[in-house]
Amino acid sequence: MKATHIAAALVLGAGLAGCGSTTPASAPAEQEGGGRGPITFLGGKFEAESVQKIVDAWNAAHPDEKATVVLLPESADEQRRKLIQSAQTKSDTGDVILIDAVWTSEFAANRWVDELKLDTTGFLPTTIETVKYRDKLYAMPLFTGTGLLYYRTDLVKEPPKTWDEMKRICADVLPGQKGMSCYAGQFDKYEGLTVNFAEAVSSAGGRLLDDAGKPQVTSEAAKQAARFLADGFTSGMIPKEAITYKEEEGRVAFQEGKLLFYRNWAYGYEAAQKTDGSSEVAGKFDVAPIPGLNGPGAGTLGGNNLAVSAFSKHEQTARDFVAFMTSAAQIKAFAQTSSMPVARTAIYEDPELVKKYPYLPALKEGILAAVPRPAAVRYGDVTAAIQESAYAIVTGDKPVDQALTELQSALGPLLT
Amino acid sequence: MLSPTMVVLALVVFYPLVAAMRESFYESGQRLDADGFVVEGEWFAGLANYAGVVEQRFLNAALNTTLFTVVTVALEVVLGMAMALVMRRAFRGRAVLRASILIPWAVPTAVAGLMWKWIFQADGVANTLLGTDILWTADGPWAKLAVIVADTWKTAPFVGLLVLAGLQIIPSSVYEAAKVDGSTPWQTFWRITLPLVKPALLVAVLFRLMDALRIFDLPYVLVGPRKQSVETLSGLIWDEATRVHYGPASAYGTALFCYIAMITFVFVKLLGADLLSDVRSRGKEARDVA
Repeated sequence: MKATHIAAALVLGAGLAGCGSTTPASAPAEQEGGGRGPITFLGGKFEAESVQKIVDAWNAAHPDEKATVVLLPESADEQRRKLIQSAQTKSDTGDVILIDAVWTSEFAANRWVDELKLDTTGFLPTTIETVKYRDKLYAMPLFTGTGLLYYRTDLVKEPPKTWDEMKRICADVLPGQKGMSCYAGQFDKYEGLTVNFAEAVSSAGGRLLDDAGKPQVTSEAAKQAARFLADGFTSGMIPKEAITYKEEEGRVAFQEGKLLFYRNWAYGYEAAQKTDGSSEVAGKFDVAPIPGLNGPGAGTLGGNNLAVSAFSKHEQTARDFVAFMTSAAQIKAFAQTSSMPVARTAIYEDPELVKKYPYLPALKEGILAAVPRPAAVRYGDVTAAIQESAYAIVTGDKPVDQALTELQSALGPLLT
Repeated sequence: MLSPTMVVLALVVFYPLVAAMRESFYESGQRLDADGFVVEGEWFAGLANYAGVVEQRFLNAALNTTLFTVVTVALEVVLGMAMALVMRRAFRGRAVLRASILIPWAVPTAVAGLMWKWIFQADGVANTLLGTDILWTADGPWAKLAVIVADTWKTAPFVGLLVLAGLQIIPSSVYEAAKVDGSTPWQTFWRITLPLVKPALLVAVLFRLMDALRIFDLPYVLVGPRKQSVETLSGLIWDEATRVHYGPASAYGTALFCYIAMITFVFVKLLGADLLSDVRSRGKEARDVA
């Protein structure tokens, strides 16, 4: 009978090995000198070709300090997991890493990235807020972006500035449009819900956190914002399937003409403009800054920043590489081949680029008004708590006041 | 001969197991110093990480896991058995049928999950065919059904395959004898096929039980993480681990391990008296030879 037990235990053990994380206790941090030499750049899959062009330019100028690009998985969650894993094993697989704007605090507080001393002039001011932790610089802004309101120019003359205006336009237009709904954003339970909820709160004039970093989600503005979303679903202003929307599902719905207004990032512009038959709204839509409660809204700031890994052996090269990649000349070259929004102000004022990407002025206005998500060391817990309550609000599972009170008390201990 | 095997087993099985259990009693990475840096090191936390085991979220996940396991394994056994019986018969196009029944098993689970997600999305095939507008992939009871359907589709062929292997070693003479004795097809199935295929069927069910209790990828891809209605124990562990709560993640992992071990033990005790007898007698022979 003993053999039976052991056999069963072995099979089970093999299954479990994948579940638990078993990083052994960490050794004291190594002090790395400012070395020079070849480096690796761990980047996302965004615009890999255009990024490669910058790297090629660097390699041509620095034959002894060549950079190699290694692509991380597409999903942000997976990227984060990979980066944290290699940081916890103190691996030097990536000298320069591309991190999401909301991870800066976590990576800095854990000493996974090094403090930088670089010039931050010439960048959009709001993007600089996302690269600092306790007033010290830990990354350089590369990509940025915020929510834009996509609207149908064939049905709407002037984009709405307030939620009420938007509802009024819908009441006028929708009766003549079969199968079309008024508005949608991203309301599935994932990071996009945090973005949309935060956006609604700041568009109503509130903040998730006050300047001292304390949660303020039971404020009048937060309640107005939550009601805008909750009532939107119950009244049918927001179609009920929007509860399953991430960026792509909503983009497809907008392109199929099922939405009059859609909140999305700038990336959706190119796809919706395609004339190969995939988009029914090509040439019939435009973008505007998102609306708010009493006037133009304030979007949530997204983006990706470049940081130097604390475990790099060629740190000096890595720092120079970050400066090179975010330099005015390279960013301009990048913008000429890619529509990914970048963090330098000059791009949004370049007549040639504005002609190529007509949404740049609206985007700049949006980014300058945008609000970063809470900068928290335990951002993963913070966003999970926000999603928990926001999902209860949009599904109507809990009354607005109750959901917000619960969120307020859930956030408290996470933000100390 | 035994020692190299034991070394490998110790490295790949026992070390992670023991390390995970150890980790479940420690806390790390949760404290900040005055400058806002995370304090390195870890602290003994006693049973604090296990506190969540009695909380609603863990219990809900345990219930979901159990429900998925019981329902999907039951459906898969019935369907798998039927598939095996069809696949065994000799007819034109059998090879094509066998291959096509096995396709779902050959598709990677994540891909299958995506495929079913498209089927179940708001304007997907499922709603069009049924004439409904159910939001299958939103949190709620429908999401459970979606996961059960997708999982059954995916793994019934596995049971079918193992049962087919079991069916093929039943000598045809037994069936001929039954025919001569005037047995009805129904009697043949209950009195001959089922008892003789039982060992293979039990192995299939045991594998599926252990697999189903660890289910993670399908609910994750199809419905999404942290959705109460389909969150399984593995999903909960994954969520804690990605939020760098390694202590609770290890604690839940240990709890899941104990749960699977218990179920397997009971299963082997109750049904599998002869499941491992073959292995044991062979082991005995080997020892005798040595």
